[in-house]
Amino acid sequence: MEAGGSRWLGRLYLIVMFIFLYVPIAYLIVYSFNAGGQMHHFSGFTLDWYRELFSDTRLLIIVLNTVIIALLSSAVATAIGTIGAIGLFFLMQRRVRESLITLNNVLIVNPDVVIGASFLILFTVLGIQLGFISVLIAHIAFSIPIVVLMVLPKLYEMPKTLIDAATDLGAPPRQVLTRVIIPFITPGMMAGFFMALTYSLDDFAVTFFVTGSGFSTLSVEIYSRARHGISLSINALSTILFGVTMLLVFGYYWISQRGLRRVALWVKR
Amino acid sequence: MTRTLKWTLLAPYMLWLVVFVIIPIALIAWNSFFDLEGRLTLDNFVRFFSPTYLKMSFISIWYAFLITFISLLVAYPTAYVLSRTRHKQLLLLLIILPSWVNLLLKTYAFMGIFGMYGLVNAFLSLFGIPPQEILFTDFSFIFVSVYIFIPFMILPIYNAMEEMPRGLIEAAQDLGASQWTVLRRVIWPLTLDGVKTGIQAVFIPSLSLFMITRLIAGNRVITLGTAIEQHFLVTQDWGMGATIAVVLVAMMVLTMRFAQTTPKA
Repeated sequence: MEAGGSRWLGRLYLIVMFIFLYVPIAYLIVYSFNAGGQMHHFSGFTLDWYRELFSDTRLLIIVLNTVIIALLSSAVATAIGTIGAIGLFFLMQRRVRESLITLNNVLIVNPDVVIGASFLILFTVLGIQLGFISVLIAHIAFSIPIVVLMVLPKLYEMPKTLIDAATDLGAPPRQVLTRVIIPFITPGMMAGFFMALTYSLDDFAVTFFVTGSGFSTLSVEIYSRARHGISLSINALSTILFGVTMLLVFGYYWISQRGLRRVALWVKR
Repeated sequence: MTRTLKWTLLAPYMLWLVVFVIIPIALIAWNSFFDLEGRLTLDNFVRFFSPTYLKMSFISIWYAFLITFISLLVAYPTAYVLSRTRHKQLLLLLIILPSWVNLLLKTYAFMGIFGMYGLVNAFLSLFGIPPQEILFTDFSFIFVSVYIFIPFMILPIYNAMEEMPRGLIEAAQDLGASQWTVLRRVIWPLTLDGVKTGIQAVFIPSLSLFMITRLIAGNRVITLGTAIEQHFLVTQDWGMGATIAVVLVAMMVLTMRFAQTTPKA
């Protein structure tokens, strides 16, 4: 299909690309072991920074907060987003449905600075205190459209005859919902949950605006620390986070290759 | 699906829609009409069209354009080569993996790499070039931004390439087209939708960057995003901040119109 030469060039380009993408990450990891205390002049191997990281209770609490916010907000967003998507799907008037979907996407396409600023105004007007609650609410708010976007296609994929069959067999609407629709769209729900999780864990801008002075998530904390200069315990943190991410990603890849059912059966044993 | 059931399902979602989508936008627009003292005025908009703010806006747009263009330049070949490899799923995952590393951490890494004694300067010193101040320059800002946004440009283009019917390329080659012509006449038009999606995914966020500007570029680079953040969180001039936000949103709408993807049949 292609001349041998250009294929070789393509491979080279890809390799350069990979190097380019991974150098910063490798840099972080390598220097997390630097006895020198800076991100240059590697003077010796040490685990000091990891020790410092694990004794930094404030940072550990912040990591915990970040994870809790992510899990909670994604769970609530998945719930609201899923039932919203189902409601949207069954909405008869096409015009209304389409404009609602456009509104849904507003929060996704809007730059996060604008979302952050607008939420700040909103919370101030409503008198909600800036802190854990405001961050949680904000994360739920921007995760809902993502869930809707993941669930709606699944609903459209559903064969119409499925619902008809269930109704013919005498199922009341609520059972059609719980026994037929929800199981079918579960992959979409899970995808939505996962995406919401990612967005929440990684969010900086929106959280930055609504976090007030007391509460902090990981991204916001790293920002404040980075502004004060280099601290290798951040490198140590990056290494651990990267390790966890790699585990999750390869776990996902492994599952998608083997099939979720097989893994579920394996886990059930 | 009874009507009551349907509306019970929709209720929480509609509530969210009103409170967190419609009202915040309205609040931003509303706030842009108030100045520091809280008086109703069009002053903010007048101030926006003054040389200082206009210059900042154009510079911000220029940066965003550069970042988007360079990202496209780098991402397009990557997507192309990727769609031709054998283990494309694994490789795609590996390319996307860095984008799951926290944004702040990656930016922080560049603080080290571009630092006075960092990787780049160490490399340059091998050739006898004295340490350069790489941080706090336009170059480092654009470089880091491109680094952050590349996966978002690669993904839609790669998807578009994957959707392309392979037979078309072979047909073109059979008809005697050179590789360049195949690229120009077959591949590029068919992947244009992916390119447009990528542009949208990169251009607007580039305008609103404020964290990278602070950490990498110091206060030398001011984007619309930094201006908004500055007005809201530092000078507490919510009115002006809201005005800039309105402009940013307007630009976003324009970009979406401009990069409108063709609806699929």
